[in-house]
Amino acid sequence: MQSSGLGALVRLVVARDLRLAVRHWDQVMQPLIFFAIITTLFPLAISPALDELRRIAPGVVWVAAMLASLLALESLFRPDVEDGTMEQWVLSGQPLSLLLLAKVVTHWLLTGLPLVLMSPLVGTALGMPESAWPVLMATLALGTGSLSMLGGVGAALTVSVRRGSVLLALLVLPLEMPVLIFGARAVDLAMHGEAVAGPLNLLAALLLFFVSLGPFAMAAAMRVSVES
Amino acid sequence: MWLWFHKLSSPPYAYRLATLLRPWFFWVAMALMLFAAYGGLVLAPPDYQQKDAFRIIYVHAPAAIMSLQVYVVMAISAAVGIIWRIKLGHAVAAACAPVGAAFTVVALATGSIYGKPMWGTWWEWDPRITSELIQLFLYLGYMALRASFDDTQRADRASAILAIVGVVNVPIVKYSVVWWNSLHQAPTISKLGKPAIALSMAWPLYTMVLGFMLYFAAVLCDRVRSEILRRERNATWLLETVKTS
Amino acid sequence: MHAQAETAAAEPQLDVRAVHLWRGERHLLRGTSFVLQRGELLQVVGPNGVGKTSLLRCVAGLLPTESGEVIWRGRQLHECRDEYHQELAYLAHINGLKPDLTALENLQYSVALRRPVMQQELRATFSRLRIDQCADLPARALSAGQKRRVAIGRILLTRASLWILDEPITNLDSAGIALFEECMAEHLRTGGLILTAAHQLLLQGRPGVRTLELR
Repeated sequence: MQSSGLGALVRLVVARDLRLAVRHWDQVMQPLIFFAIITTLFPLAISPALDELRRIAPGVVWVAAMLASLLALESLFRPDVEDGTMEQWVLSGQPLSLLLLAKVVTHWLLTGLPLVLMSPLVGTALGMPESAWPVLMATLALGTGSLSMLGGVGAALTVSVRRGSVLLALLVLPLEMPVLIFGARAVDLAMHGEAVAGPLNLLAALLLFFVSLGPFAMAAAMRVSVES
Repeated sequence: MWLWFHKLSSPPYAYRLATLLRPWFFWVAMALMLFAAYGGLVLAPPDYQQKDAFRIIYVHAPAAIMSLQVYVVMAISAAVGIIWRIKLGHAVAAACAPVGAAFTVVALATGSIYGKPMWGTWWEWDPRITSELIQLFLYLGYMALRASFDDTQRADRASAILAIVGVVNVPIVKYSVVWWNSLHQAPTISKLGKPAIALSMAWPLYTMVLGFMLYFAAVLCDRVRSEILRRERNATWLLETVKTS
Repeated sequence: MHAQAETAAAEPQLDVRAVHLWRGERHLLRGTSFVLQRGELLQVVGPNGVGKTSLLRCVAGLLPTESGEVIWRGRQLHECRDEYHQELAYLAHINGLKPDLTALENLQYSVALRRPVMQQELRATFSRLRIDQCADLPARALSAGQKRRVAIGRILLTRASLWILDEPITNLDSAGIALFEECMAEHLRTGGLILTAAHQLLLQGRPGVRTLELR
């Protein structure tokens, strides 16, 4: 009996999840709206003066992106675990880490990438100059990838816990702090016209690190979550 | 050696060993800590700049060292538990977590107490304190995950994965915090750095670290014993031990 | 040749030995053991909550046991987990269908995960199970019985040798039950193995059908 090849598996997972996303646009939009709302809170809480906002803009955009990505994690594994599809994946005899990696990548395309594309708008609203846009998008592109991987591990651990969203935040946010540090700092350096190669390289290294080890942790965690 | 390790993984043997070793660890630890306290509080001369306030370092530094060490012990024993399926590994990991969290809180509190007379603030975002804070979050997250599963075995396995992921991330977090802080700081020494290497100041510190380590071992013995009691409460060997004792 | 077939039949395909399982406080499975050969059906019976589902999940490799072994074709489960799962089809209480995909799409994605499959084959299975009309409807629009039939279709399509079925006939009407028994009989005839947990005994009186009672 011939088995499906690895490339075919990845294409299958991506096709399925994209098809499901198309049928539920609202779920894809929600984290983006949340991203915009959080950013709006800061001018309201601090000051409408763009000069003051400009100083904290990198941090605010980054924190908002982290929180929005956390919210988006709810839709990553929970539906599949609840309707029994994930159980079938665990029992498929195919490498679970690859299936979950494909799923996280698709999820990033649907939730992380839109954040990256939206970020210049949000940054401008906080007084960020156009010169910072490329670095902002680059750091968010690399960073949201890491956030998705770490978030995926946390989501796999907590998917079977009742009302586990706060627990997910508790587990994942401390691990994500390095990403926040390098990302926000890089944008700040760009705004002051300084070199950003250092933190950008660190972000890229973190992404590579998490992508290479994350899927195995996710698969192990998922097997525990799917037990009963 | 391998045979002893295998014997160690059997709960009755581990229980007896922990019972036996605990008093030794405890009393030697007490002696060392008293000795170190005397050395640090009385014998060591006051610091040139900080006078007597620096003495809190004798509690702060060992607590900070232990908070990291305990996390590593926790992660290693959890890994042993999940990879080689040795139940004792999970029991040790579960026992370590609250102790490590306590060390972290002590490190944060003593750091804060040190800060007030020195810099006038109860809190400073310097790299040591910040990474201690993140360490505390990691411990709390571990304990929260454990608590969210009703079934002990599932809790063991899930939290083992978290501990391994956490321990791998700890160097990354520490490096990033140091990097983050270095962009703003002018001073070359960390505010809570170890004191100058005058021997009269250093030996109480090392003795205190050793004392803390042995104290941890004693507390671990106690906690592992109660973990074993809790997990094996239906086992026949335990009922017999209780009957004879 | 004849002697070879005999020795092949003598060695059990599935050998479960002294499985113990705790669920929190309760000692659920106490040394459960059984063997299963080609062409055999084993039905696990017992009152609610006795551990039927847990036993099935342990044998499927979803739930780790406290002690005991599950041996598939002479090898321990944890040594050959992926190969074992490639030969296994598991039907749980829940159907494993995504509500927003059509029945056809659901099976397309589930089966293609294991082996390439063509649309004609999927539609042929729908015909066999008398649910042609359901193929292009979203799964949430189907009745409970129809969803169960779709899930059974998945079991048929995976071409696995071992079927582990947890309460397979829930929500099926008598026609559905008869259809399913026919599928089971055919699977056994072609050398398959079936392990089920059910309240109602299936394929009674047939050779190679045994029961295991859990207390």
